[in-house]
Amino acid sequence: MAARVATGEPETAGGRASISARTLRKDAWWRSPATTAGVLLAFVIYSTWAAFQTTDYTWEPYISPFFSPCIADACHGSSSTWSFVPWWPLPAILILIFPLGFRLTCYYYRKAYYRAFWLAPPACAVAEPHRRYTGETRFPLVLQNIHRYFLYFAVIFNIILSYDAIVAFRDHSGAWGHMGLGTLVLLINAALLWTYTLGCHSCRHLCGGKLNIFSRHRFRLRLWKFVSWFNERHMQFAWASLVWVALSDVYVRLVASGLIHDPRFF
Amino acid sequence: MADIESHDYDVIVIGAGGAGLSAVVQSAAAGANTAVICKSLLGKAHTVMAEGGIAAALGNVYPEDNWKVHFRDTMRGGKMLNNWRMAQIHAQEAPERVLELETMGALFDRTRDGRVLQRDFGGHQYARLAHVGDRTGLEMIRTLQQNAVAKGVDVFMEHCVIDLLKDGEHVAGALGYRKETGQFVVWRAKAVVLATGGIGKIYKVTSNSWEYTGDGHSLALRAGADIIDMEFVQLHPTGMIWPPSVRGILVTEGVRGERGVLRNSEGRRFMFDYIPEYFAGDYADSEEEADKWYTQRTETGARRPPELLPRDEVARAIAAEVEAGRGSPHGGVFLDIASRRTPEEIKRALPSMYHQFKELAGVDITKEPMEVGPTCHYVMGGVRTEPDTTESSVPGLFAAGEVAGGMHGANRLGGNSLSDLLVFGHRAGRYAAEHALGLERAPHIDDAEVERLTALAVEPFERDEGENPFELHAELQDTMQDNVGLIRNEEDMKKGLEKIKELQERARRVRVIGNRQYNPGWSEALDLRNLLTAAEMVALSALARRESRGAHTRRDYPETDNEHFGKVNHVLRLKDGEIQLNEEPLPQMPEELRQLFEEKR
Amino acid sequence: MATERRFRVWRGDAKGGDFHDYTVPVEEGEVVLDVMHRLQAQQANDLAVRWNCKAGKCGSCSAEVNGHPTLMCMTRMSDFPPDDVVTVSPIRTFPVIRDLVTDVSFNYEVAKRIVPFQPRPMTEEEKEAGSYLLAQEDIDRLQEFRKCIECFLCQNVCHVIRDHEENKRNFAGPRFFIRNAELEMHPLDTADRRDQLQDEFGLGYCNITKCCTEVCPEGIHITDNGIIPLKERVVDKRYDPIAWLGRKIGFAKDQRRL
Ligand code: SF4
Ligand code: SF4
Ligand code: FES
Ligand code: FES
Repeated sequence: MAARVATGEPETAGGRASISARTLRKDAWWRSPATTAGVLLAFVIYSTWAAFQTTDYTWEPYISPFFSPCIADACHGSSSTWSFVPWWPLPAILILIFPLGFRLTCYYYRKAYYRAFWLAPPACAVAEPHRRYTGETRFPLVLQNIHRYFLYFAVIFNIILSYDAIVAFRDHSGAWGHMGLGTLVLLINAALLWTYTLGCHSCRHLCGGKLNIFSRHRFRLRLWKFVSWFNERHMQFAWASLVWVALSDVYVRLVASGLIHDPRFF
Repeated sequence: MADIESHDYDVIVIGAGGAGLSAVVQSAAAGANTAVICKSLLGKAHTVMAEGGIAAALGNVYPEDNWKVHFRDTMRGGKMLNNWRMAQIHAQEAPERVLELETMGALFDRTRDGRVLQRDFGGHQYARLAHVGDRTGLEMIRTLQQNAVAKGVDVFMEHCVIDLLKDGEHVAGALGYRKETGQFVVWRAKAVVLATGGIGKIYKVTSNSWEYTGDGHSLALRAGADIIDMEFVQLHPTGMIWPPSVRGILVTEGVRGERGVLRNSEGRRFMFDYIPEYFAGDYADSEEEADKWYTQRTETGARRPPELLPRDEVARAIAAEVEAGRGSPHGGVFLDIASRRTPEEIKRALPSMYHQFKELAGVDITKEPMEVGPTCHYVMGGVRTEPDTTESSVPGLFAAGEVAGGMHGANRLGGNSLSDLLVFGHRAGRYAAEHALGLERAPHIDDAEVERLTALAVEPFERDEGENPFELHAELQDTMQDNVGLIRNEEDMKKGLEKIKELQERARRVRVIGNRQYNPGWSEALDLRNLLTAAEMVALSALARRESRGAHTRRDYPETDNEHFGKVNHVLRLKDGEIQLNEEPLPQMPEELRQLFEEKR
Repeated sequence: MATERRFRVWRGDAKGGDFHDYTVPVEEGEVVLDVMHRLQAQQANDLAVRWNCKAGKCGSCSAEVNGHPTLMCMTRMSDFPPDDVVTVSPIRTFPVIRDLVTDVSFNYEVAKRIVPFQPRPMTEEEKEAGSYLLAQEDIDRLQEFRKCIECFLCQNVCHVIRDHEENKRNFAGPRFFIRNAELEMHPLDTADRRDQLQDEFGLGYCNITKCCTEVCPEGIHITDNGIIPLKERVVDKRYDPIAWLGRKIGFAKDQRRL
């Protein structure tokens, strides 16, 4: 390399090795983005369909996580009912904005969909198809930076869904101290959502990551280490909680429509 | 010479390892216009390979430690052949240098009360090595590199120096070439600091990288400087030996410092059988005692485990075990830490060793022992310098680090290298800057000489047939390995010398294909001259020292001869194109230092 | 016991070049760099290869093997099926000098622009002790970043500049994000690099697709532990209205200094 004696400006001369292939990788690099795209697409299709189904999303004492908190009159009588907008016919649409926004701006999902849908890049060392690229520097993608506000809402939602899981310890007529398979489904749902949320990068930052001198903040160091454990597994929890939310909805629906019978444990 | 690119500086530093970069930082800080020239990219120098730590008597773990103890350990490790003044400066200034590194941004592992943590190493009485896991060298290089960059020093990366230039007796600069283009470059300078490292590439089994071709040693010799102690080439006792392609790669002494032990094929900790008389009182004679030492030495008065004897002793012991048929399957011995520490502790204390064995040998060191054997590691000999200023016998030419001789005597203790780089690199930078700024006029470069040297350098391209430089190098490595290796004798060494002469002859006829741009064949051809000179210096000095001492072991003279050889250095000089060897008296230390040795024994 | 293996090695310079086919004997336990050296010694004396330590410690021997950015000295031949034709090419993102050697000066130029370490003064207690007093838990996080061997594989694989040469002007790259992270999180440091990171070093260009983390031979969690925390710190300063308001009314402090 030449001396490049303090020139200041970086060398952007080009003159790269003339290799025309888009990638020299021989492995099935497309498999992972294709799987991601498949699962995400399936989820989007299912949840859109589900959001427009205005019946069968609740069956005492269960409520589908897509519809909780139930803010419309449409879901009278179910678990967490807060009738803010009684006239609204599609209660899921309003609610879903928050979890959707949370996941859409999630650092992990960003990676997943930038790769799978935007192909920027489709896989490592495989050229992307775009001519220009500005990343998250401009509108609208610069808005990804408000992720932490979605985190705040996500925490509220998690509390509500945990509440839903707790009130599911009742029987169909509302008597406490009972449990069915649906209770377990909702319980796991709430737990997975917490594992996902605790591992959030913004959460990790706010819990302690933003500090430079941990030794002066013993408690926050412990907290940071605790959420870091979830953070390392953020991807796994992201997928698990996503799939489980959909399954929970399916389960409640099946029970509510009478297609299956909710097995009761006690 | 009009068509040769040239640059003017107060100080140029050749080599960007720990010593070179320390010198650069100090020289720039002193206000001298400074440049550094290195064969590789910045930050790749061999110092990154140093794992164990920096020896400095900070006394953070053992408050009893102080510079006098460190000085004594160093001298005894060097079998009293060290230049006492260098050893003294080194022991006194190392702590300061370590702390200075920290103010530059280095992050050493900490003690509970927030100080720099220190670890045990062979030959050091107390836990003394400031470290960062097992990548201390990397930390040091990165810190110095970032500092040099922040100071705005000019860096000539991937430039090789062909020869030093002189103006009369005084050094005047250097001639080299830029690898990227193959063009020649002349640096005119009022002072030159050599910090080129060692000569390890003259051996086949070596922990050293391709850069270690003895450039500085040979440049200095050709420039008229004195070179001393070249017979002392340290073999590190623990290098990897399997698979063959990784043979020689270093396994840090830190493994033993962290309680790893050496075992033979019978599972025995054989080092207990090899404690020499000289050290008998200081080392444990049972496994229980040795094991107490790691954590309870102060309370129990336990003595050190013999695995932590100085490197020369351990290397010889391993060779003897292998020779006696008690070696490991691939001709080494076992280094076992798996049975001594938990996997978590091992991964935390020795992460890169874990990584290295896992990736390169498929061995999980938390479960299995490692196979290790001696590998060429370091040359104690080098340019003779004035201890306080690091100036060589050529005015304006300074040397620091491995290329300088005298500091480590007949054998270097682990951890003393990084501290040597810091202490003497710092001094070299300071005094070179002082020298340069005090000079009235810039030295003059002799154009005719430059022309002669460049013509010589391109000759290999002009031949239609000739020797393959890679092959000559391989032959040299075989010769040195077989004839001037760990255990030496007169007959072999004479054979070796003859072969070196023959190779020197053949090296005049090397041929290089291709063009000058980033041509490894050409680099090899130019390095060959330095390699052969270094090899010749080692063989000559080794042949003349008819005793065994430190890293120099003779089968035909197994005794240590304190009466004669204990009092002399071998000094090499170039006279009429021939290397001449002289015995010169060892500088004697003053009485108050001598007493440190009386007290102890 | 050597086996004959086939290779396709890119040879050429900035003016042009192509893949050349070679058959080279390979011994047990060898890595790709060993093979390149044998090729150089026996069949192509002028094959340009950059390397130093051959132990994965210096980060000189970066190249792309079968299209994967990797250190040649840490890529074992046994990872490939025996009949595979192994492709070896120079790293793509930087200008080629010759054969497998590229001009990585971009990285050294970026390094010059980083705001250097600026430690706070010593406390009285520290002056007495003669050194800064630092807790291990405060530096654990930084030591991960200090493991970097500057192989620049992450810089090479990052699509921001790999696929868009023009972005080199506005983008520092993952290696220098973690360098900044290390300085920003340093318990002693006093400088603020967040504006520079966002405006000059192009932190926003990174879309956290994690290829840098995938190729890092030191296993540094570049994205999760370096880039994302930096992005969050930038959010603190620039994109979080409540935090901004808090600072305006003097309510909230800059937590980095706490
Ligand atoms: S995560 Fe960001 S910095 Fe790393 S490769 Fe992807 S875009 Fe580049
Ligand atoms: S961060 Fe990892 S990949 Fe990037 S330069 Fe450092 S070691 Fe290489
Ligand atoms: S939820 Fe994934 S990063 Fe916040
Ligand atoms: S040669 Fe040093 S990392 Fe490969």
